[in-house]
Amino acid sequence: MDSTSAKQDNVVLSVKDLTVGFGSNIVLDKLNLDIYRGEILGFVGASGTGKSVLMRTVLRLLSRRSGTIRIFDTDFDKATEAQRLALDMKLGVLFQHGALFSALTVKENIQVPMREYLDLPQAMMDELARLKIELVGLAPEAADKFPSELSGGMIKRAALARALALDPALVFLDEPTSGLDPIGAAEFDELIAKLRDTLGLTVYMVTHDLDSLFSVCDRIAVLGQKKVLVEGTIEDMLAFDDSWVQSYFRGKRARSIVRKT
Amino acid sequence: MLSQAREDARDLTAASPSAEIVTESLSGKDGEIWRLSGHWVNMTAVAAAKRLAEIAGKTGSALEIDLTGVAEMDTAGAWLLRRAITERQAGGGEVSVTDRQGAHYADLISALPEKLAEPREEKGPPASRFERIFTPIGRAMVDVWDDAVAAMFILGSAVRGAQLKLGRQSGLSPAAIVHQIDRMGVRAVPIILLMSFLIGAIIAQQGAFQLRYFGAEVFVVDLVGILQLREIGVLLTAIMIAGRSGSAITAEIGSMKMREEIDALKVMGLSPIGVLVFPRLVALTVALPLLTIIANFAALFGAAFVAWSYSGITFDTFLSRLREAIDLSTIVSGMIKAPFMALIIGIVASVEGLKVGGSAESLGRHVTASVVKSIFVVILVDGLFAMFYAAIDF
Repeated sequence: MDSTSAKQDNVVLSVKDLTVGFGSNIVLDKLNLDIYRGEILGFVGASGTGKSVLMRTVLRLLSRRSGTIRIFDTDFDKATEAQRLALDMKLGVLFQHGALFSALTVKENIQVPMREYLDLPQAMMDELARLKIELVGLAPEAADKFPSELSGGMIKRAALARALALDPALVFLDEPTSGLDPIGAAEFDELIAKLRDTLGLTVYMVTHDLDSLFSVCDRIAVLGQKKVLVEGTIEDMLAFDDSWVQSYFRGKRARSIVRKT
Repeated sequence: MLSQAREDARDLTAASPSAEIVTESLSGKDGEIWRLSGHWVNMTAVAAAKRLAEIAGKTGSALEIDLTGVAEMDTAGAWLLRRAITERQAGGGEVSVTDRQGAHYADLISALPEKLAEPREEKGPPASRFERIFTPIGRAMVDVWDDAVAAMFILGSAVRGAQLKLGRQSGLSPAAIVHQIDRMGVRAVPIILLMSFLIGAIIAQQGAFQLRYFGAEVFVVDLVGILQLREIGVLLTAIMIAGRSGSAITAEIGSMKMREEIDALKVMGLSPIGVLVFPRLVALTVALPLLTIIANFAALFGAAFVAWSYSGITFDTFLSRLREAIDLSTIVSGMIKAPFMALIIGIVASVEGLKVGGSAESLGRHVTASVVKSIFVVILVDGLFAMFYAAIDF
């Protein structure tokens, strides 16, 4: 009992009975999900099951039919203006295609949230932006480049740097390793794990990358049949009796990784 | 209001958002100990940086940093400490960091790079004044030349034909052309009608007002008829279409360029000019003369209406006067210009569309440039036609 209440305190994001639909099509039906402080939650599901819909609903980019979403124990619908601002500062989002502002350089992209929320002198913003660029493993020359001049992997890193600009406590990553080569993807996974350890981040990661799931995710949640089918460790996944989950985690591509670990 | 909310937000995130630091000298040896407390986060970074600069002091001596009182630390705060530590170590001082049990602030500090890598810059010697003045001029001249070459390329490719299909030299795609005529021609009819009606009415009213002094009010028919048919009709229609369809062409082609759709066409062996530009050029060349005819009718109708209501000239008088005032050459001289205007608008819009780069800003810039340039060239060409007609007495 004691451990569950301690666990309750550590819930960063709590989704209860969430229902989302478009027209007559119900995408998510009474979905429940908790994310705990300091963990990396991997979110998987077949294409079209609503992983992105869930993330966009949590980020309030989509409206919901019913259910509550509490982030840091604050219900956004009932929050005051000040609480909403404080909440926004604690969230960082890495969109699937980066969503960097194409008219701004990488450095300016990172400084957008700083400029908006903090009153820092330009010299310090420059220094912090360069620090973030270095933290995500980009070359210092990338700072003054425009997004159209970057490669796919560099765009992901730059977008991560922007997501981390305000040192958020909860980071949403939408397929962070898609489109990266295996070495780059592994580096990116390590980077996320390292940032989690040093900055104490909580990470919500939508991914299809089995390597990421096996190597960095503390917990995995599977979306299916309009709700969270199963959540738990990789062992729970392997033991779970569902044909999709079985073929996902015990398929040809997964088997070689399981054997290694 | 918003700044107030922002202040509240700041209060909310950190109850007393300040970064405290107390210095004590080390017992036994040369050096000092910094006891840190409070919130070492980006909101307090300015004050913290100032305080650290004050106490940086002797760089050679030993330093102990005690983080046990720190309530909160993020990369901004950690970076300030990292910087101070690096500075102290550079002077030969020893630095040690102690952390509260269970906190990872020391790890965070040590995870940061010792100093930021400077970008490799390869800057030549600063440009002389001569260069600074003449570089933009030269660049503009080269751009004009490049535009001219690109325009010729597009015109040439379009003349060559729509697209190369296997076994065929060229193929027209009637569906695409009809679709474009519908979009750029038919849908523009209402606005062209309204605009031309008003223009005709305004010219007639102004003309009648001035001619009234000479008792020559009926000559307003000559004025409106010749002016509209020779100049205003085609010119204003072209300007309207440059704004309406030229911008659309640039935006469409430009955003296709941004999303690599143009490249996709190329690797399929299709000519982007043939597939995208050619139907639009043909559609414009067909639509603009037709719109000009509609515009002329609307303007004359507007003029007739004002002549009747303002000057009491009946429709019968208006028509018979009009028949005397204009002949076939008046109409032809105006209509000949229309296809040229259409080609100018289409080509300028396509050239600008194909120049769009990777950013949303460049799309906006080229759409603007497309409209401005095509209106400018349209007016320029209209002037050239006027000189030409005067020279050949047409």
